[in-house]
Amino acid sequence: MRITCPLCGERDRREFYYVGDAVALRRPSPDAGEAAWDDYIHNRDNPAGDTQDLWQHEAGCGAWVVVDRNTVTHAVNNVTLAAKVTR
Amino acid sequence: MVKLIEKTPCAGLLPRSIGLMTLAEDAYPAMTSIAPYQGQSRQVSAALKSTFGVGFPSPNRSLLSDRVRITWIGQGAAMICGEAPPTLTGAAVTDQSDAWAVVRLTGKGAEDVLARLVPVDLRRPQFRSNHTARTLLGHMHVSITRIDAKTFEIMAMRSMAQTLVHELSQAMENVAARG
Amino acid sequence: MRLPNTPEATVNFTFDGVPMQAVPGETLASALLANGVKHVARSFKYHRPRGIMTAGSEEPNALVTIGRGANIDPNVRATVQEVYEGLDAYSQNAWPSLRFDMMAVNDLISPFLGAGFYYKTFMWPKAFWEKLYEPVIRRAAGLGGLSAKHNETLYEKAFGFCDVLVIGGGPAGLMAALTAGQAGADVILAHEDSALGGQLLSEREMIEGAPARDWIAATVAALEAMPNVRIMTRTTVTGAYDQGTFAALERVGHHLPRRDDLPLECFWRIVAKRAILCAGALERPIAFPNNDRPGIILASGVRAYVNRWGVAPGQAVAVFGNNDDAHRTAVDLLAAGVRVAAVIDSRHGAQAQGDYQLIAGGQVTATKGRHGLTGVTVSTETEDIQISCDCLAISGGWNPSLHLTCHMNGRPRWDETLAAFVPTPDAVPGLVTAGACNGTFDTSGCLTEAAEMAATIAKDLGFVVKKKPIIPAADTSPYQIVPLWLVEGRGRKWLDFQNDVHVKDVALAAQENFVSVEHMKRYTTQGMAPDQGKSSNVSALAVLADVTGRSIPETGTTTYRPPFVPVAIAAMGAGAQGSGFAPERFTTSHAASLGRNAPMIEAGLWYRPSYFPQSGETTWQQSCDREVEYVRNVVGVCDVSTLGKIDVQGPDAAVFLDFVYTNTFSTLKLGRTRYGLMLREDGHVMDDGTTARLGDDHYVMTTTTAAAGQVMRHLEYVRQVLRPGLDVQVASVTEQWAQFAVAGPRSRELLSGVTSADISNEAWPFMGCGAVDVLGIPGRLFRISFSGELAYEIAVPARYGDSLFRLLTAQAEAMGGGAYGMEALNVLRIEKGFITHAEIDGRVTAFDLGMDAMVSRKKDCIGQTMAGRPGLHGPERRQMVGVCAITGDVKLSAGAHLFEQAAESVRVNSQGHVTSVCYSPTLDGEIGLAFLQNGRARIGETLRFVDHLRGIDTLCEVCAPVMFDPKGERVRG
Repeated sequence: MRITCPLCGERDRREFYYVGDAVALRRPSPDAGEAAWDDYIHNRDNPAGDTQDLWQHEAGCGAWVVVDRNTVTHAVNNVTLAAKVTR
Repeated sequence: MVKLIEKTPCAGLLPRSIGLMTLAEDAYPAMTSIAPYQGQSRQVSAALKSTFGVGFPSPNRSLLSDRVRITWIGQGAAMICGEAPPTLTGAAVTDQSDAWAVVRLTGKGAEDVLARLVPVDLRRPQFRSNHTARTLLGHMHVSITRIDAKTFEIMAMRSMAQTLVHELSQAMENVAARG
Repeated sequence: MRLPNTPEATVNFTFDGVPMQAVPGETLASALLANGVKHVARSFKYHRPRGIMTAGSEEPNALVTIGRGANIDPNVRATVQEVYEGLDAYSQNAWPSLRFDMMAVNDLISPFLGAGFYYKTFMWPKAFWEKLYEPVIRRAAGLGGLSAKHNETLYEKAFGFCDVLVIGGGPAGLMAALTAGQAGADVILAHEDSALGGQLLSEREMIEGAPARDWIAATVAALEAMPNVRIMTRTTVTGAYDQGTFAALERVGHHLPRRDDLPLECFWRIVAKRAILCAGALERPIAFPNNDRPGIILASGVRAYVNRWGVAPGQAVAVFGNNDDAHRTAVDLLAAGVRVAAVIDSRHGAQAQGDYQLIAGGQVTATKGRHGLTGVTVSTETEDIQISCDCLAISGGWNPSLHLTCHMNGRPRWDETLAAFVPTPDAVPGLVTAGACNGTFDTSGCLTEAAEMAATIAKDLGFVVKKKPIIPAADTSPYQIVPLWLVEGRGRKWLDFQNDVHVKDVALAAQENFVSVEHMKRYTTQGMAPDQGKSSNVSALAVLADVTGRSIPETGTTTYRPPFVPVAIAAMGAGAQGSGFAPERFTTSHAASLGRNAPMIEAGLWYRPSYFPQSGETTWQQSCDREVEYVRNVVGVCDVSTLGKIDVQGPDAAVFLDFVYTNTFSTLKLGRTRYGLMLREDGHVMDDGTTARLGDDHYVMTTTTAAAGQVMRHLEYVRQVLRPGLDVQVASVTEQWAQFAVAGPRSRELLSGVTSADISNEAWPFMGCGAVDVLGIPGRLFRISFSGELAYEIAVPARYGDSLFRLLTAQAEAMGGGAYGMEALNVLRIEKGFITHAEIDGRVTAFDLGMDAMVSRKKDCIGQTMAGRPGLHGPERRQMVGVCAITGDVKLSAGAHLFEQAAESVRVNSQGHVTSVCYSPTLDGEIGLAFLQNGRARIGETLRFVDHLRGIDTLCEVCAPVMFDPKGERVRG
């Protein structure tokens, strides 16, 4: 698998640390309530198709990136710096 | 008074020549990482330029002046190698002079050696002089910069100097054995 | 038998100890045939005599073992192994010898060993499976064995990159590489064989009116002259993976006398923008009775031995086929001067193409000769004909080598005209197929298709294809086939030679309702041998289709997975043996510690000294006790450089730390250090450590050794993902500083000798920090303690680490103290109730540790919200306590559980668990830290301490976790 780091270019998956669903971008406020926090911490979809997840180019530039990919075709469609994702 | 004695990261390990290649330590007198604060990149780069003649490098590039080499080392960060920088107000400045083992691999076959350890295409023309990459060498996080047609500079964590030398030497032997 | 006018056989080798000679460059299979060896192996299950069936890497039968001793190389295909001077090859899976194999008895009882026999036979009693049946079956059935000794053979791995990867160097591959190379693309041409040319090397075809060899030589020369083309021979592309990544196995040293310095194999990961599969096709056998005798060889193999290697695989060769290749083979044999016993063509209207006896509409219905073919019976509609022959060439048609197109879930398509599966376009993104693997079987078609594909790809990649590639004139013979899968008759008709599966097995599977091809495969094990059914899958499918009354497309197909050929794990994991498994991290004091004979203990990737033995000490405990006493009574020195150190700088550094730590750091005064607790977002403790404030916008954080990488990643996560608006930078400085704990009542006295700074209690109070000179070198001093004693950590740039450690240790020794290692460090911290990752194991909350007050409610921080959930605090939680053994003669153990005295010591009754234990020389007793339900309310209780694993069942008293100096007076002295 290859992921195109927005800074370093296309790199092998082994340089990246995988975190999980990009829901991690949208941290609820402390008073958002139990349901919101449960969703944020524990509840994940397992889509057959397009998915958006969070990786870190840990063995590269250190950037956290949001990867749009497809779990069926394995296509990687888009990679964005997490710091630049609007939320 | 008792004096503390300096020891370089690869002391006792290098240099060594295998086949047509040489691996040698290349310890810089000073190494300083700089990471400009928000909105300060331009000002920091200008300050570097007025001091050293070269500014803050763009990603995957290393800049060379007669006094320093400034190498991009990751998101928003660069390493000034050679001399300590002037006081920079707009950036996080961290002394890293002792944090890295720096080696130079030179000679015909250096590309082949790195192709055994590094998952990035380091052949010319994809990776020219003063191109740099943050990547892996074996399992180690490294910074690799091409110095010239047959020379690479490789930086790894100081504590891993022995593994770095071991991995590179083994690959050099493998390449040399193929003739 | 060698044909006239072949090169001299000058290379010496042995097979089963018998000396033989080979022609330089030829394969072991070729050399064995040349030396008249037909029977080279015993089959997997029935131990049937087997010979050489092919001339390629798909060989199912002729597996041999190369060499002896630790570095033995089993299951090597004789058709791939090139002979070198001194090669020793051995037959395998036979005892006591290849010719008299005791296990051949399996063949006699074969009616009981059919498909699924072990599912039915060895069901009862259950315990017998593991202890009796399976070991016996494993011993009886199998291939070659490993030496079970440490194999020191050198393997390597490598990464390759290119614009265009051409897979296969036959006519199509050569043409594709030439076209792409001429367009300027960066090309890798990977070819399995030692020589380029593919099937053309085995044919007598002409290209541009000259022997095809001339065209091959000219094309290879042209490719070698191009700097942008890399030719990799002896390299098999074994797998297609995501985003243009391919795996390839290069046989580097297999063809040479073994050398210690040369890798045997190199496992490549090749990243290609585009790929052209030119893998050719594999000829398939026909399932007729006893079609597995040594001497029965695929027709293409016979042509390879005759035309390429100059070896006649027999003196009288019969040919049996269902397509024109049977005739091509006969013609070639005649041209080479080999007698053709007969050509049996199952097609009724077949015409002879040379001076040989043709039996049109005939089929081979029986064969004879146990250790080597002696004759065949041919049946036509009217008669049975006996034919004497010592070799039978068979051709059941061709299967395109489309394996790689299946590696990403692609399903091939059935082509009725070719009676074969052909690849589905775009089955692997970026990969196209050309030539025989695409179902284009004539050489002219291969060349044309490959050139066009390569030109299109080059254009797609932005290269300018100046002129249309010139296609040389080549063979255009059409491929004409009438499918023939199965010949009826008495005897087993083998499909999968490598796994010993025959037609009746497939029929039995269908009869027992394993009618899905996937079920049939697993029930019979057809296609599950190392060759992955290259010679058998399509035939087995055809048989299954027949017995279930369906067409082949209706029946489906099994697909292929990587690897295309077997790959040694040693190749994939090259470089990872021994110390290559992971990087080793050494502190600057490593050499000095080794010099003091300290045994090393691994802490993550780091190596740290366990203890420093002194003469007269016979156990680690003695050394440890002495080192603890140094710290409690005098002064000890310990390298703590492995703890993570992270520089946090920027206008928002304080705000940032307030968010990642539960407690507040914005209020920390300059020149002071504070202990901090870090939670995960789910409310559990992630890590702890001290953070010092070195400037208004400058902090340096320490982490535990184990979690340094995780914390760094976490800080970057918070900085980039959660709080991108904060103006803060983090940088690891773990490696920059060599840091040593100097601990004990006389630590200040010792340090006064190395720094000129005023470190009196007033000037440098507990938790004070700052820059100091260390013998004239700029360093840092932190007054922090992990032992509960008056203690400091002193840091210098790493280049001085070795020197400073030696100096501090020598000074400490002069004062009656000395260096201490991890064992003593552990005792010191347990006595004080300080936690490590033995305690913060990922399930523990701040409440459990008694640190709930450290979770500030005045601000938001990571983990604060979830830490407040019900169930993460309260009396039902297991809370940290100390435990002390009551009886003096028993050792406590970490991992033990705590029970009420009267309770049975079973899981449901567990009240808590023990995380750390030690013998405390200070308190003269066994003590530990434990997590006990509602523990803080139970101080003083006596509980049962049980470790079933180590046979410990004793009593202990619950106490406060801080067992020594509970008021913390010593640290402030």
